[in-house]
Amino acid sequence: MNKNGFVYTTYIRTTPEKLWDALTKPEFTRQYWSEVWHETTWERGAEWKMMIPDGRTTDSGEVVEVERPRRLVLRWRNEFRPELKAEGYSRCVFELEQQGDMVKLTIVHELEQDVAKSKFIEAVSNGWPIILSSLKSLLETGEALEATRKWPKGK
Amino acid sequence: MNEDAVFRALADPSRRQLLDRLFRENGQTLTELCRGLDMTRQAVSKHLALLEEANLVVTRKRGRDKLHYLNPVPIHEIGERWIGKYERAHLGLLSELKKNLEAKPRRNLGVNPTRNLGTKRSKGR
Repeated sequence: MNKNGFVYTTYIRTTPEKLWDALTKPEFTRQYWSEVWHETTWERGAEWKMMIPDGRTTDSGEVVEVERPRRLVLRWRNEFRPELKAEGYSRCVFELEQQGDMVKLTIVHELEQDVAKSKFIEAVSNGWPIILSSLKSLLETGEALEATRKWPKGK
Repeated sequence: MNEDAVFRALADPSRRQLLDRLFRENGQTLTELCRGLDMTRQAVSKHLALLEEANLVVTRKRGRDKLHYLNPVPIHEIGERWIGKYERAHLGLLSELKKNLEAKPRRNLGVNPTRNLGTKRSKGR
């Protein structure tokens, strides 16, 4: 992995299967990920898009690896902001690992080319921690965090 | 996640300094992290182990190097647990007060200051 990326992990009291569904299915992502959802068949090589409530595509790419419920790799490029799109594709790896009664979720997100001071990495790294906290809250308490329930107005 | 481990890890200024260094530049090796610090390599290594145990630092291999990455997720979880919750209760109380004050004038405003404290967030979105 290159230096210009990040690694986030969280431990969630759930099962790998439930966590996998929460990461991939619209009825879950909409709750803890500001109403966004993935549009894809989740097959290897399939096209992947991230959609927002007004029907626009914010990010797109393809499903690179899919091994339910352990590992998911997406090729991911922002389509929304020209300066982020210009940095090209990133690679986002989700790893799920059972540890006792918890599942360790690790997310590694990095650009394919090593861009110093990447705006893309800055943007996604600001987003992930709150999304992950909210995902944990949803799976452990049944409720996502207030801050991540709605797509921000006017964005 | 062990909350005690996070608080313990954050209680030490040297460890907070290491987190700040990773915030400025993520993905550093032990050697890079030691540079310019007034600590022995052993001490830095020990601090990093504690930070890793608290899940505030995550390591990944790159070739023969072990790179250290800042993981702010536990800090968010603590923020949610210790700040968000209380804040929400106050905000709920304020919005109820506002609603009551803006409604038709009545003798009893009907605000019960303890009503929102300690209750769970409402379901539904």
